[in-house]
Amino acid sequence: MNPVQRTVFRTVLALMGMFAFAFALVPLYDAFCQVTGINGKVGDQPRSIANEEVDTSRYVTVQFITRSGKGMPWQLEVEHRQMRVHPGQPTEVNFAFSNNSGKALTGRAVPSVSPSQASLHLRKVQCFCFEEQHLEAGERLEAPLVFQLTRDLPPDINTVTLVYTLYPVTDSQSQLQAQTSPVRGGGV
Amino acid sequence: MASNLPPKPTLEHSTTTSGGLAHEHHERPRGMLRWLLTTNHKEIGTLYLIFSLTMFFIGGIFALVVRAELFQPGLQLVQPEFFNQMTTMHGLIMVFGAVMPAFVGLANWMVPLQVGAPDMALPRLNNFSFWLLPVAFTLLLSTLLMPGGGPNFGWTFYAPLSTTYAPPSTTFFILSLHMAGISSILGAINIIATILNLRAPGMRLMDMPLFVWTWLITAFLLIAVMPILAGVITMMLMDINFGTSFFNAAGGGDPVLFQHLFWFFGHPEVYIMILPAFGIVSAIIPTFARKPLFGYASMVYATASIAILSFLVWAHHMFVVGLPLVAELFFMFTTMLIAVPTGVKVFNWIATLFQGSITFETAMLFALAFVVLFSIGGFSGLMLAIAPADFQYHDTYFVVAHFHYVLVPGAIFAIMAGVYYWLPKWTGHYPDERLGRWHFWMSVIGVNLTFFPMHFSGLAGMPRRIPDYALQFADFNMVSSVGALMFGVSQLLFVWGVIKCVRGGEKAPAKAWEGAEDLEWSVPSPAPLHTFDTPPDFKPVTH
Ligand code: HEM
Ligand SMILES: [Cu+2]
Repeated sequence: MNPVQRTVFRTVLALMGMFAFAFALVPLYDAFCQVTGINGKVGDQPRSIANEEVDTSRYVTVQFITRSGKGMPWQLEVEHRQMRVHPGQPTEVNFAFSNNSGKALTGRAVPSVSPSQASLHLRKVQCFCFEEQHLEAGERLEAPLVFQLTRDLPPDINTVTLVYTLYPVTDSQSQLQAQTSPVRGGGV
Repeated sequence: MASNLPPKPTLEHSTTTSGGLAHEHHERPRGMLRWLLTTNHKEIGTLYLIFSLTMFFIGGIFALVVRAELFQPGLQLVQPEFFNQMTTMHGLIMVFGAVMPAFVGLANWMVPLQVGAPDMALPRLNNFSFWLLPVAFTLLLSTLLMPGGGPNFGWTFYAPLSTTYAPPSTTFFILSLHMAGISSILGAINIIATILNLRAPGMRLMDMPLFVWTWLITAFLLIAVMPILAGVITMMLMDINFGTSFFNAAGGGDPVLFQHLFWFFGHPEVYIMILPAFGIVSAIIPTFARKPLFGYASMVYATASIAILSFLVWAHHMFVVGLPLVAELFFMFTTMLIAVPTGVKVFNWIATLFQGSITFETAMLFALAFVVLFSIGGFSGLMLAIAPADFQYHDTYFVVAHFHYVLVPGAIFAIMAGVYYWLPKWTGHYPDERLGRWHFWMSVIGVNLTFFPMHFSGLAGMPRRIPDYALQFADFNMVSSVGALMFGVSQLLFVWGVIKCVRGGEKAPAKAWEGAEDLEWSVPSPAPLHTFDTPPDFKPVTH
């Protein structure tokens, strides 16, 4: 190889490396966020209640926001828009899905937590967001959320907002896939 | 101005230096084919510059549509949907079609001349990288005529606006951006190969003119981040057409990931658009101050550290997406750190001027305006870098003011300075100084009238990318629109000046400017098609 060819060869290698790196960033980003809990995503698996004493000296306001994404004719209602809980205390709150459209549809509520740091201290024991829902036309479905904010929740966090966005699940997004990898980008 | 010039040497045909090579190239294709097939770095450089100028005017017309709509509050001229397409296309065309190709064109012309190489290292590849561009941008512009219109999601094409909610033409947008990206990548490979391998014997890296240095570093930035852009738009393509969910929350993806990936490309990209400008200004100021550049080595190190730091600051575009506190702080401080090497550069330019015997040719006027006005953009950048303050500034006209100060009187003034500076070498004629001064002053006044009031409307809360605005912003916007028209019209003077200079004018000697020292001034003006077929005798100047 002459020197020009060598330079070109090296730059092309670097180029391919960077292109691969761009795609590698997708799983890396998810892994990074999951470890540090900095993008407000919570695990997709039910977790057990942490056995700890309820901290009655402290109140945390938990707010719920529900909304429907594009092309989603459903509504998600919550029993209380806002409640005050003690760290360590398991809490149950009821949600209700209703399909206002004239046709059966599968949908899914994608969760998010704000501030994101709180997601590390949020344990969901039961959540409709772990699975997809299938609703017949006009059907209404009640589903509970059971969660606990652990006592190690940083003291500067006084309000935690849980957001649920409804999306339709198309046939191409297989039910199984969506269930096993809801926090990973790039899944089909 | 002419009185400042050294006495003119005889201008007759310079066969001795260039070794009249015409006979070696039998049957050069003529007419259109000649330009289609050329592998000559000077001709390709010219093609790049003409292409860039064309795009500059097309993008400029789009900007004027935007400014016309914003002349008064309310909706009068265009529909909001079309307005969005205009802001988006303006940004895309200016970034990828005007500024980047202009720098590549200047590199094509000047890098071989400045390092004493006969041509670029890979001449055929060079031809290919240029001809990708007209194809890419014809395709991009044609999306405006497609059903559903062209891209309307801003030049930053944030997902899911550019995926789930995008017009059907987005696939063509992705294709054209891929082509423009490949063109830049190939151009960068060529420039790196030329600079690293074809320097005149005896020219060490630390002897290279700063324009060559800054382009070498820019080319490395391009190699590092253009593949990331390619990756992002490929992911978009798959989200749109193949049902993946990289950026789609419904399928488990993350729209914020898009912004991280985009700005990991995007911030180095803004430095890609300014580093070669630093190089041009570092050539012009010493020439017309008739002093060597102050702090050559520190200029090189400052450029390199800006390039390295540019990979660590991307999230300053994302302060409001809900970053955790540590990330806000990290990106705030790294961003402010970039101001240090930038400050070193400004200091060096001023120190070069200090006690110089300065003359104010048009090239110098543009270079001086660059130093002053680019610094204003640097300062507003510092204000935006303050994370808590950015919560107010973000997505307002203050950001628009910031990046236009660094890009218009920054990158574009530097390109124009470079054109006025090297025109004698390209055409053999001096540009008309009177016309140049008119162009300069109209541009300076136009630019400031356009963008300075945007600081105020932005601080007062006017959001960007919206075709209507509240009444209290009316005066600022009217001034901006008048300034924009003035700036736009004055660019016709530029075209006139260039054409005039190509067709005639005062003849320029090889060393067209008294204080110019680099190798390009050792070949005749106009530079013959083939130069440095035998490597020049390079004597390092002590920096
Ligand atoms: C001292 C140096 C600089 C600093 C501290 C700085 C800082 C910033 C910050 C914090 C933002 C984000 C503002 C927001 O969206 O809220 C920004 C935006 C921007 N900057 Fe700079 N900047 C600097 C120099 C430059 C240079 C040299 C260029 C290009 C030549 C540039 C081009 C841009 C562009 C294009 C945007 C807006 C992108 C968009 O949202 O459309 N900046 N800058
Ligand atoms: Cu930036």
